[in-house]
Amino acid sequence: MGYTVTISSLRTRSWFDRESVFSWLMLAPPLLFLAAFVGYPFCYGIFLSLQNRPVAQPGTFVGLQNFAADFKDSVFWRVALNTFVYTGIATLLKAIGGLGLALAMNQQFRMKNLIRAVLLLPFIVPTVLSTVAWMWILDPAFSVFNWFLIRLGVPKPGPSWLGNPLLAMASIIVINTWRGLPFYGITLLAGLQTIPPELYEAATVDGASGFQRFRYVVLPLLQPILLIVTLFSVIFTFADFQLVYVLTHGGPQNATHLFATYAFDLAMGAGQLGLGASVALSMLPALALLIVALTLYMQRQ
Amino acid sequence: MVDGRSRVARLLRVWVPLGFFLVLALFPFYWMAITSLKPNAELYNTRMMPLLVYHPTLKHYVDLLSETRFLAWTWNTMLVAIVSTAISLIFGGMLAYPLARMRFPGAGLIAISVAAVYLVPQPLLFIPLADLITRLQLGNTLSAVILTYPTMLVPFCAWLLMGYFKTVPKDLEEAARIDGASHLQTMWRIFLPLCTPGFISAGIFAFTLAQNEFLYALIFLTKTSVRTVPIGVIAELIRGDVFYWGQLMAAALLGSIPVALIYSFFVEHYVAGLTAGSVKG
Repeated sequence: MGYTVTISSLRTRSWFDRESVFSWLMLAPPLLFLAAFVGYPFCYGIFLSLQNRPVAQPGTFVGLQNFAADFKDSVFWRVALNTFVYTGIATLLKAIGGLGLALAMNQQFRMKNLIRAVLLLPFIVPTVLSTVAWMWILDPAFSVFNWFLIRLGVPKPGPSWLGNPLLAMASIIVINTWRGLPFYGITLLAGLQTIPPELYEAATVDGASGFQRFRYVVLPLLQPILLIVTLFSVIFTFADFQLVYVLTHGGPQNATHLFATYAFDLAMGAGQLGLGASVALSMLPALALLIVALTLYMQRQ
Repeated sequence: MVDGRSRVARLLRVWVPLGFFLVLALFPFYWMAITSLKPNAELYNTRMMPLLVYHPTLKHYVDLLSETRFLAWTWNTMLVAIVSTAISLIFGGMLAYPLARMRFPGAGLIAISVAAVYLVPQPLLFIPLADLITRLQLGNTLSAVILTYPTMLVPFCAWLLMGYFKTVPKDLEEAARIDGASHLQTMWRIFLPLCTPGFISAGIFAFTLAQNEFLYALIFLTKTSVRTVPIGVIAELIRGDVFYWGQLMAAALLGSIPVALIYSFFVEHYVAGLTAGSVKG
């Protein structure tokens, strides 16, 4: 019975059921969607960046003038510097802190699942909402930190966390780190758990100290995961928007403006779509490098 | 004696770092909760110890729910997150199945493009998308964000599901094929039911991402009635230089609860999703 079904169905198997035809029929709808809402806007963004295009008015082609204007704009260079400082320091802090978090969680203790769930909270709660809480923690008049600092003898009203350019940059870096730390922690923990315990034991038998075990056993084995997590996080930190938009709006005196927030201000605030698009596209060389590196790396794995 | 000392040392080694990370992670939430319960007289009195509440009140919650459209924003957020997650799971599955299970010319190129699209951050696209949404006359409709959220969620779901699909053994599908089932039947009846955990992981992850989204919602939703929670909170509880801190913290806490609840039920799946990309590769 089964045999006859096989033969007859093989014979009647249609053109639609060929592997390549079926595959492309499945792929076509989502690919068309992505082409329309990612591919097209991406190309249209490049086209916009070559135009003088005030909002709700037709644009005129101006070639590379927007980019030339960016490069002469001192704010643009400040923004570029801010973005690199923000990404660099926050990534470093997240990598080191995340490694610490992973090592702390890779021990035996009670209520492990509950504690892991709680430690992940900063990463899953909507960023805007936790950022608003941080804004209140750092409030110029009612900061809880300053309340304690003043009682420790710091002159009133205490440091202006978001009003001083350097402190504001430090604050957004710390908050970004606070939010991103669990991502590193949980991913690196998963990596730590794939390291066979025999390797630790062998190293211990050979007389390695705790630090040496970490340096020569754990770190080399963790390196591929650390690399992927870091690349991921660098891409999204580099293009960060909401934290800065909510907390400082790029201020004080552009000290915390990033590419994304500056592009937003130019396009949505000042209504200069072309100029805004050119600032956003200025992220592309660095981003493209990271994206290509990470895509190839993920593909190879 | 020695044993006791080493036990203390072990306790210190485990709980001091964990305690540090727990306090760090939880303090902002504690601060949200405590602020939302303080009457204004206490909130703005710098003489009182700020870490405690002396006269707890629910006034800020009552005001938040009666004076603002918070419930409407919550409804919008849920609706948008659920619909865009559903779209993303369907499209993501449609991308992942052929890429993970079939051989056809062009597969490698498509897989690379999907991964690359996932990594294109929103700030690169929001200006042209704003123009596109205006031309489609979708401004101030939930459709604007329902259509744009999947641009980040589809590639993400596809990538996650591909990883999951590859771990499923091929025997059952091959048996179904030999029994004469078409590719569509094999996928729908045999394969997909095996992949429910993968869909839950991707779904939870996509849902939290959609709840978290800010930039597109900020640009496309400027009317109170269509706003989502993050935008409503920022745009309407901060009026000029006036901050309604009690209500803001109440909103922040209430807005965090749905995600936190859903996530706590599926935390294993969430962690599986989080680590799939980097560990399984």
